[in-house]
Amino acid sequence: MADPILEVKNLHVHFETHDGTAEVINGIDFAIDRGETAALVGETGCGKSVTVKSIMGLLPSATIPEGEIRYKGEDVLSLSDAERHSRRGKEMSMIMQDPMTSLNPVLTVGEQMMDVLKWQGRPRLSLSKLVRDALSTGAKAEHRKRAIEMLGEVEISAPERVFESYPVELSGGMRQRVLIAIALLSEPDLLIADEPGTALDVTTEAKVLDLLDELVEERDTSVLYITHDLGVAREVSDRINVMYAGEIVEQAPTADLFANPQHPYTRGLLESIPTLSTGIGDGIEGHLPDYTNPPAGCRFADRCPHAEAACHEAYPYPRQTGADHATACHLFDGLPARERHESLAAERVDIGTAPWLSAGGDTHSGDAPGDISADGGTDQ
Amino acid sequence: MSYVDYLVRRAIHSVPVIFGLSVLIFLISRVIPGDPVRLALGPEATDQQVAALRAEMGLDQPLPMQYADWLFGVVQGDWGMSLRTNNNVFSDIVARLPATLELTVVTLFFAVLLAIPFGVVAGTNKDRWQDHLSRITALFGVSMPRFWVAIVLQIVFVVSLGLLPLSGRLSDGVAPPPAVTRLYLVDSLIAGQFGTFLDAATHLLLPTVALGLATLAQVMRLIRSDMIDEQRKDYVLAARAYGLPNTLIEYKYMLQNAFTSSLTVVGLAFGFLLGNAFLVEIVFAWPGMARYGVQAILYQDFNAIVGVTIVVGIGFVTANFVVDLLYGYLDPRVRLEEG
Repeated sequence: MADPILEVKNLHVHFETHDGTAEVINGIDFAIDRGETAALVGETGCGKSVTVKSIMGLLPSATIPEGEIRYKGEDVLSLSDAERHSRRGKEMSMIMQDPMTSLNPVLTVGEQMMDVLKWQGRPRLSLSKLVRDALSTGAKAEHRKRAIEMLGEVEISAPERVFESYPVELSGGMRQRVLIAIALLSEPDLLIADEPGTALDVTTEAKVLDLLDELVEERDTSVLYITHDLGVAREVSDRINVMYAGEIVEQAPTADLFANPQHPYTRGLLESIPTLSTGIGDGIEGHLPDYTNPPAGCRFADRCPHAEAACHEAYPYPRQTGADHATACHLFDGLPARERHESLAAERVDIGTAPWLSAGGDTHSGDAPGDISADGGTDQ
Repeated sequence: MSYVDYLVRRAIHSVPVIFGLSVLIFLISRVIPGDPVRLALGPEATDQQVAALRAEMGLDQPLPMQYADWLFGVVQGDWGMSLRTNNNVFSDIVARLPATLELTVVTLFFAVLLAIPFGVVAGTNKDRWQDHLSRITALFGVSMPRFWVAIVLQIVFVVSLGLLPLSGRLSDGVAPPPAVTRLYLVDSLIAGQFGTFLDAATHLLLPTVALGLATLAQVMRLIRSDMIDEQRKDYVLAARAYGLPNTLIEYKYMLQNAFTSSLTVVGLAFGFLLGNAFLVEIVFAWPGMARYGVQAILYQDFNAIVGVTIVVGIGFVTANFVVDLLYGYLDPRVRLEEG
């Protein structure tokens, strides 16, 4: 990556549970370039939210035994709580998933926005600031102006009215816009969007996504987009990381991923997308493995139609399958995408090549644009 | 719907409640065993005398007529004579109510004031030592009978340590402040008599603790569990993601949500304090209405019992009305979604 704003390296996140340690994130690597929109795609429970909460530093109960999270080159995991706090919201912010529950029901939209403008990045309340704020009408008017301006930017037609409204008085689409406005209030450089719009109806969702796209384009904000929907990821992102059970199983530029989906899980996800011609997709049989007792080998092996006995034993390290395409599957040849896996390459398990490749060409029925080599990409 | 509309609507809602309450109190007073006429005339009375007094008191009328008469009297302040004090029950209660109000209001105020930070700290430190400490305190607070706590407090702070006065509202030789509200704390401040204020406050201290410990424990535990529920909500995660200070999130964002559900209990707690004050008032020789009520029961002082019941009932209704007001103020959904 040329100039990544965020780099996640070999991140492991564990939780202590009554049944033992849950190894929820098991060594993931990805990066987001400045101005780029990267998507993290996977089904519910695959660890997307844990990943973003680890990045934001919002998981007090988790332990991170290994790994690095570098924001603008600086390892945020080594920062003090106060230092991380001061970056939260200001440097990296987050659009919450559910507009119905992510606003405080008992405060007006305006009050919540003003609080963000007043207190963002401060680890603790200071009495002197409380008093100063109470006395200074100038700052208050300025904050109010800024908040209303921001509401205008998310295309809310009556920003003054919405400013005075309680969340309960607003529609879902309106509230989602407010959430976007709050996240962008102090112009963060990195925006994490946790499935915005999923809770809305399809037309409203589309409008909100378009709006978000425009806003980050104007600002050149880098975005990490969390979704379970490959279709949405294709719309919004430049690069896709497919996540399964706490591991990134495939990563590639968006066009490349759709033209040449490699990992059986990615292909399963693509086939699950309902289309007009084939109706509702098949879905993938089975469910996520138990995180407290994860399989030694491939975490997807139990659900994989191509799995061999060896898949259950050997860890499928991500391998370089193209210039800018990495897949963690024994079906594929390629050098390890990460240096730390070089020793594993010697004991590569041979279970043959992917059946759809040996059958001659890509039989995937997707309608992806054919530009496979697009986005020449840089090596990881 | 504006807040004023909401208030009016709530106020109108309490009218039928008060009406129902009056019917209930009236009916109970009529079915209580013991004939007030025979009680008044004594065992020697003849049947004619009984019938005459019965007619005079209107007790030979049908019940609805009797109710109308009774209600008319109650509204005008004619609550009958007390058999024990030979005063009008209404003026007896008016003379004693301020002492009880002072005790219960101060108790509730401090119980809630302390319950809030304790509950927040316990809730945000779930299963750590702060939480365990609050749990033990709460268990002690709710399981110890109030009169027992009162006696223990007297033994420790009055008899052993000699720090605080034993009983009453003021020390001997301290004159009550000029009556304005008859709440000594308020009146002494109005009159600028700080010595009297201090004396009244020290007299109030032990009864307040004895009466309020259970309420404090109850409200604290409620706020704790509500805070724990709030912690899991998305808006809290959102506020953290925006980089707001934790104290702001806990005391402004979460507490306001958590407190709305505890508020209902606070309203009921005030009613219970009025009702529960009687044992504490007796132990501390507090010249309040609750003690008057207990004596009325012991003497079968019929009119006084009804009078005290009316006041406690109205206290309950008023407390719940105030809770509704605060509820609507704290939670916009209540006033916006209704109607």
